[in-house]
Amino acid sequence: MIKHLPALLIVIPLLAAIITPIIGRIHWVLSWYTVTITTFISFVISLSLLQTVLLQGDISYWMGGWQPPWGIEYAIDNLNVYVMIIVSFMALAGAIYSKNNINVEIDEARKPFFYSVYLLFVTGLMGMVVTGDIFNIYVFLEITSLSGYALIAIGKKRQALVGAYNYLIMGTIGATFFLLGIGYLYLMTGTLNIADLAARLPEFYQTKAIFTAFTFLVVGLCIKLALFPMHFWMPNVYTHAPSAVSAVMAATGAKVAAYAIIRVMFTVFEPEFYTLAPFNIQPILLILAVAAILAGSIMALAQTDIKKMLAYSSVGQIGYIVLGISLMSVNGMIGSLIHLLNHAMMKGALFFVVGAVVYRTGLTSIENFRGLGKKMPLSMAAFTIAALSMTGVPLTVGFVSKWYLAVASIEIGMWWLVPVILLSSLLTAIYFWRIIDAVWFKPALGEESHGHEHDDHQKPKSNDAPASMLIPTLTVAMLCLVFGVFAYAPVSLAEKAAVILLK
Amino acid sequence: MVELLAKYNYWIVIILLTTGLYGVMARQNLIKKIIALNVFQTAVLLFYVSMSKIEGGTAPVLIKGAKQIIYDNPLPQVLMLTAIVVGISTTAVALTFVTLIYREYGTIEEDQILELNKHND
Amino acid sequence: MEIIESARPVYAILVSLLAVVFIGISGKYPNLREMWTMLAAVLKFGLVVSMLPIILAGKVIEYHVTTVLPGLDIAFRVDSLGMTLALTASFLWIITSVYAIGYMRSLDEHAQTRFFMCFALALSAVMGAAFSANVFTLFVFYEIITVTTFGLVAHEETSEAIKGARRYLTYLMGTSIFFFLPAMFLTYNYAGTLDFASQGILAGKASYTIISIIFVLYIAGIAKAGMMPFHAWLPSAMVAPTPVSALLHAVAVVKVGVFTVVRILLFVFGIDLLSEIGLGTYLAYFASFTIITASILALKQDNLKLRLAYSTVSQLSYIVLAVALLTPSGITSSIIHITIHAFGKITLFFVAGAIFVATGKKYISQMDGIGRRMPFTMAAFTVGAFSMIAIPPFGGFVSKWYLILGTVEAHMLPIMVVLVASTLLNAAYFLPIIYSAFFKELPTDEVEGLREAPPMVVVPLVITALGTLTLFFWPSLLLDLARMVVSLVM
Repeated sequence: MIKHLPALLIVIPLLAAIITPIIGRIHWVLSWYTVTITTFISFVISLSLLQTVLLQGDISYWMGGWQPPWGIEYAIDNLNVYVMIIVSFMALAGAIYSKNNINVEIDEARKPFFYSVYLLFVTGLMGMVVTGDIFNIYVFLEITSLSGYALIAIGKKRQALVGAYNYLIMGTIGATFFLLGIGYLYLMTGTLNIADLAARLPEFYQTKAIFTAFTFLVVGLCIKLALFPMHFWMPNVYTHAPSAVSAVMAATGAKVAAYAIIRVMFTVFEPEFYTLAPFNIQPILLILAVAAILAGSIMALAQTDIKKMLAYSSVGQIGYIVLGISLMSVNGMIGSLIHLLNHAMMKGALFFVVGAVVYRTGLTSIENFRGLGKKMPLSMAAFTIAALSMTGVPLTVGFVSKWYLAVASIEIGMWWLVPVILLSSLLTAIYFWRIIDAVWFKPALGEESHGHEHDDHQKPKSNDAPASMLIPTLTVAMLCLVFGVFAYAPVSLAEKAAVILLK
Repeated sequence: MVELLAKYNYWIVIILLTTGLYGVMARQNLIKKIIALNVFQTAVLLFYVSMSKIEGGTAPVLIKGAKQIIYDNPLPQVLMLTAIVVGISTTAVALTFVTLIYREYGTIEEDQILELNKHND
Repeated sequence: MEIIESARPVYAILVSLLAVVFIGISGKYPNLREMWTMLAAVLKFGLVVSMLPIILAGKVIEYHVTTVLPGLDIAFRVDSLGMTLALTASFLWIITSVYAIGYMRSLDEHAQTRFFMCFALALSAVMGAAFSANVFTLFVFYEIITVTTFGLVAHEETSEAIKGARRYLTYLMGTSIFFFLPAMFLTYNYAGTLDFASQGILAGKASYTIISIIFVLYIAGIAKAGMMPFHAWLPSAMVAPTPVSALLHAVAVVKVGVFTVVRILLFVFGIDLLSEIGLGTYLAYFASFTIITASILALKQDNLKLRLAYSTVSQLSYIVLAVALLTPSGITSSIIHITIHAFGKITLFFVAGAIFVATGKKYISQMDGIGRRMPFTMAAFTVGAFSMIAIPPFGGFVSKWYLILGTVEAHMLPIMVVLVASTLLNAAYFLPIIYSAFFKELPTDEVEGLREAPPMVVVPLVITALGTLTLFFWPSLLLDLARMVVSLVM
């Protein structure tokens, strides 16, 4: 049983996805239980895999007992066990959160299907992370994408349909590019196993075919990741999808795409490739990352809808992840990997809070956040913590990744990156402070006329989100603080992974 | 020149790939976009299948008693079976979206939908 | 030097943090709520005082909380410099709490629960800053102070208050992110550590150019010290209720600012390094500019609180100037002035608040003859103002005396001219207020009904005024602490 854990990581949610709509016919809550339990099991399996990796080293699981490179291998090392924990934890938090949230954002009849698709989405993500076969990554990528499209479109808003459609077109183009890249790799090496590819590729590093393969793979994944300027499908998706979906997709989908890029760039290909390749890749990625960081922050500043603002802020945050990758140093990679975790928690918490506001008020405009501090104090406290963390205030997680990115930029002599990081932090502070300020210090809309209220006499009733939404929100927000203070735990794991990647 | 033409299958792949991509970008009609997307995906199928072809090789079906037969590489073909399944699913999902969009907006022209959304926001 | 491991500094920080929770819970019962504030204030002062004998015996208290990242620790270290700030802030918190309760109740202010919560939070952070053992911890608490006091500045929730608070935040947060953080980062990069050391940590670690860049970044980044051109937040912050202006913008926030400057100058750069490069001289002249300019600006203000704010800007630069002289008397003067100015300025702000509570007046031009009806209040004002001008027998004289000694030691006679000019300017903007308060006639329509503010407001300001006197006659404790710092860094 223990031996088969890597396979169970995929099999359990896949089977549960089939069961969910069936038992959902009795009552939809049953499907919620299934999802919660399943994602919880995934989380526990991830933890136990972490333990195994830490104590006994990397795991290689042979699907169906076929020896790689002929069979499909599930290879687990420090890197993917780390991503696995992020994904399964956020999937669990999202599942718990969704119970009440989808009451307002999804039709009653669609709920069992929502949960079924949710599990397929998780299956795909887990598959992408766990597999050691590059074609398998493509298959799971498509499973993730297809279920992702459905998750977005399942909401009540009709704009979500258009968003999902555009995402589908872009996603399919990206995945097809990825497939094309795999084709080139296979053509040159005759293998699809990642470890095997890594061993055979170096002799072809200078060929144009391999360079083409690399370009297709990375561009394809960058579309999925929504790296600027390939991000334009994303804001509409995050804005109009149900909040639980936005939260989970922002927290997990983009992270797994980033993971795939890291895998391709540093395991399939090795750092040596970047010195031998006919074209210099690093500056291109670096410039895209910087452009994403600045453009994302500036566009976020211009938004009046909170969900759209968060989406554009994601564009900027993805820039940070790519920035760390493009620095190609251990500290940069640590920064990137830590930011994977951090952004998952921060953005997850922020979208959770937005979902709670939608649940209570039905509105997502920033105007509408005025005076919410009195009505939804706990949710807004979580929002404030996550927002401070996004800004990179010390003792929150956001600070840790920015610190590592800054250290790495100085290390490789790129001084000018430090002001870029600072500028974007400042912009982030500005666009979040507007909201925090409105939340705590402005009277709610329509209440201004009362003038000075004496809260001691007539305190507005606190009407916070239900516990099933508050608990995951607060947990994730608290983790932003916990990992900000005790940053060494994730950092040490990320450091191990980074050292192996850049060996 | 002849050498270039001899690789006509790859030329076809490139032509299909760019045609498809152009179609996806340039068409306003949501259905036509999907058709173009299919063309785009098909090009990749062709790419895989033609790279598995070995000169003088035959379909990878075991022939009893025969020796010294060159088979084509079966793996890319199998991979493409998966890709076809993926392609069909994508098309199915996409068409579902288009139906739903038509139901909600009464049109499947992208510019008109954008116009309607603008009024909505 | 003997090091004692003890969590007492942490308790001193946690006391008011815990109080925040209780204040929040008991928001519906004002008396209970205020009891928590008072209890926390007294306990905090008690904890700080309990550490005093250890410090005076020449020992330091250390406590390591956690390592965030390798090289970035949250750790505390109580030494004579931190002790001075902690003693001043925690003692004045008790007085201010009494005053704040009186003030807020007299005016029937809104959101008092939030007010007292933010206040207690800010005080926790001040203790944290005073006891920081490294630049990182100091930076963290520096930022926490900014965030928590934002709530106090924006308290009124009027558009003017929100605007002032935004400016406050923009200046303080902006400079700290843009200059302080990179400075800390560069320090870490070159020195390999951020722990304060009595001889500095940067000596010999980088070229003079780099060190000068780091120096400029630090000075620009610590906007709480009110150095021009980053001083404009302080006048904006005057939209806050007067107890906030009193404790935070005369004591806690701004003193953390100058404290940070002193701490960084002495314990990150070190005296030897600074005098080697000659950075101290530049800073001294730079501070002189602020002293004079701010005093001139103060002359033009009719709003009493604004005049006091500009006076604070000017006085803060005294502290920076004094430490920049890099001589024993200069450093002594800067450290004792942290406390002495605190007592004087808090008295003046209390008076401004008392006048507002009693009469609703904010402008100096309305205050003719007010001293006849509010003798205690205006007497206290006189004491505070004399201390600012440095007239004996008030505390301000002691620090200015040491400052002048310092300029002599440093052979910087032009600075002496600055000091004389600024003393005259101080007199020029304070004496007319006193004159008109006592010697001009009250406007006839106001003769009736004008009397002292409630005792909760008046008693605290009398106490701080007496404190200013005490500091002249018995400055020994303060001087001892300052001398210990001097012997440490020289």
